[in-house]
Amino acid sequence: MTSFISADQLHKTYYLTDDLQVHALRGISLEIGQGDFVAIMGPSGSGKSTFMNLLGCLDVPTSGRLCLEGVELSSRSQDELAEIRNRKIGFVFQNFNLLARTSSLENVELPMFYSRVPSSKRHTRAVEALQRVGLKEKIHNLPNQLSGGEQQRVAIARALVNNPAIILADEPTGNLDTETGGEIMQILKSLNEEFTITIILVTHESHIAGYAKRQVVFRDGRIISDR
Amino acid sequence: MDFFASVRVALRALRKNKLRSLLTVLGVVIGVCAVITLVNMGSGAQISIEEAISGLGTNLLIIFPGSVTKGGIRTGYGTVTTLTDDDAQAILKECPAVQMVTPVVNSAAQVVFQNQNWGTSIFGTDPDYQRIKNWALERGEFFTLQDVKAATKVCVLGRTVAEKLFGGQNPVGQVIRIKRIPFRVTGVLEPKGQTAFGQDQDDTIIVPYTTVQKRLMGVTYLTMLMASAVSLDLVTDAQEQIRTLLRHRHQIKEGQDDDFTVRNLADLTAVFSTITRILTLLLGSIASISLIVGGIGIMNIMLVSVTERTREIGIRMSVGAKSRDILLQFLFEAVLLSLMGGVMGIVLGIGLTTSIGYFTGWPTPVSFNAILIAFIFASGVGIFFGLYPARKASRMNPIDALRYE
Repeated sequence: MTSFISADQLHKTYYLTDDLQVHALRGISLEIGQGDFVAIMGPSGSGKSTFMNLLGCLDVPTSGRLCLEGVELSSRSQDELAEIRNRKIGFVFQNFNLLARTSSLENVELPMFYSRVPSSKRHTRAVEALQRVGLKEKIHNLPNQLSGGEQQRVAIARALVNNPAIILADEPTGNLDTETGGEIMQILKSLNEEFTITIILVTHESHIAGYAKRQVVFRDGRIISDR
Repeated sequence: MDFFASVRVALRALRKNKLRSLLTVLGVVIGVCAVITLVNMGSGAQISIEEAISGLGTNLLIIFPGSVTKGGIRTGYGTVTTLTDDDAQAILKECPAVQMVTPVVNSAAQVVFQNQNWGTSIFGTDPDYQRIKNWALERGEFFTLQDVKAATKVCVLGRTVAEKLFGGQNPVGQVIRIKRIPFRVTGVLEPKGQTAFGQDQDDTIIVPYTTVQKRLMGVTYLTMLMASAVSLDLVTDAQEQIRTLLRHRHQIKEGQDDDFTVRNLADLTAVFSTITRILTLLLGSIASISLIVGGIGIMNIMLVSVTERTREIGIRMSVGAKSRDILLQFLFEAVLLSLMGGVMGIVLGIGLTTSIGYFTGWPTPVSFNAILIAFIFASGVGIFFGLYPARKASRMNPIDALRYE
C-alpha cells in the first residue's frame, strides 16, 4: 500500500535568538496509511505538537520531506498550504477554538466560506455535520451557551464539514471530564470507521490513546516507540 | 469568500462593538459634515457676491472723462469736460460690441415738495438707463426719449426720495422743485436697496440728461457714459473698441495718455469670484484635515481590533482562510466604517447647510460635487487607513495566532 502520509527525516529547528536554537524535531520518519487512527504520545516538549503543526500545514519543516497523498508539502506557498488545510484537513483543538459570539451553525459553515461553497449548500451541509455529532437542536446556540463537550462536538462538525482526508486532534479531551472525553473519542472513532477518515490524535492519556489503532511515542524530537 | 458574505461578516464584527464603532465613525462623520457644510457655505458666499455685483449690471462699461496731464499736473477723474453727447452717439454707431449707450450727468441738489425738503443726487440720463440697470418702476412710468430730446422738466424718484418728500402720498403727477425749477414726477422706481459697498441706490432722482445739462447746470459735457456690451463675453471687445474710437475722436496721439477711462465691472466680478473660490478651497482643505484625523481614528481602532481578534484570525487561517481573505475581511470593516461615517456626515452636512441657510437667509446651495467628493474621500480614507491594519492581520503566523491569549 502506498503511504497516505509519509514523513522522511523531518527536522524542525526554532531559532529563538542568534545563538539560541531549539531542536523540536530531530529526524522523524513515519508512514501513515489511509484510514489509519494514530495516537501520538509523549511528554511535553517531545515535539508532538510541532509534528502536528507540520502535518496540519500550519508550518513547514526545516529539513526533510513530508508528503500528503504523494504531494510534497515542504515547498508550498502559504496560500497553497491554506488551500490544503481547507480541503484535506480538519482540526480539533484542546481549547475548541470556536469563533466567539458566533452560532454553532456559522462556526461549522466557516471552512466552506473559504472553499466558496454557495450559501444554500453551505447551510444544508453544516446542518448535516451538526446532526452527525448529535447537536441538531443547538445549531443556533452560541459557544458560551454550550457545555465543553458540546463545543468540542461543534469543532468536530467544523473539522468534518469539508469532507477532509485527515482529522488532526490535538488533545481533544484535555479540557473535558472523562465521560465527555469518552463520548468525543467515540465520535472520532466512528468517523474513522464509517468514512475511513485518517485520524491523528495527540494525547498524553493512555486510555485515550487506547481508542487508536496505533500508538507512536515521541521523546526529545525522536520516535521511541511505534506499536 | 464572496462579496455579500464578506459584507455580512464585517457588519457583524462592527455590531459586536456598537459603541466603539459609533465613536470611531464620529471622526469621519464630523469630517465629511464639515467639508460639505463649509464648501456649500463658500459657494453660497460666492453666489451672494456675484448677485450683488450683477445687480450693478455685469456687462456694464462705465466711461469716465478725465485724468489729463497739463503742465505736469495729472488731474483726477471727472475734472475735465471732454466727454460729450456726440461721443455717446458715435460709440453706439461705430462699436459693434456695444448694445446700448447712456449718457449720464450727475449733480446734487436740494429738492423741495411743499414743506418737505431733501438733499439728494440728481442723475441725468436717458430711458436706456432703466434697461441697462434692469430697474423696474413701482408706480407711474419712466420718462421717454421725447422728454430727453425736448429737455422736459420731468423726473423719476428713487424710493428713498419718494418717502422723504411724500411720506405715504402718491408722488406720481405731483410737482417738486429742484433748484427752484418745477419738475413733474412721472414715476417711482422699485427699491433696489444698498449696493455691496453700502450706498443707498434708492436715494436718487432720475431726470433726462438734457434737462440737467440745459436747465439745472448749464453745461454741454457729460459726467460719464454707461455702455452695455452685447454679451458678457464681449465686454473686453467693447472696452477696446470704445477706447480706440474715443482716442481717435479726442485726437490723442500715439504715446499720450487717454483723457478718459473705461471701467468694466466684469473685472470686479472675476476678482470676487476668485477670492471666494480661494476661500472655499481653503475652508474645504481645513475641513479635510478633520477627515484625515477621522481616518487615523479608524486606523487606531482597526489596529486594536486586529490584536484583539488574533485568535479569530488564527482560527480562520486554520480552516483555510488565505491571507487575502483575512486582508479583505479587515479592509471591508474599515471601508464600511468610513462609508457609514460618510453617509451620516452627508446627511448631517446637508441638514446643517440647510438650517444655516434657513436661519441666516444666506443662499446655501447643496452642491452635489461636494457630496461626491466627500463620499469618495471618506471611502478613500477607509481604504488608506484600513490597509495597514488589514495587512498586519493577513500576515500573521497561524500557529502564533492560534496560541494567542
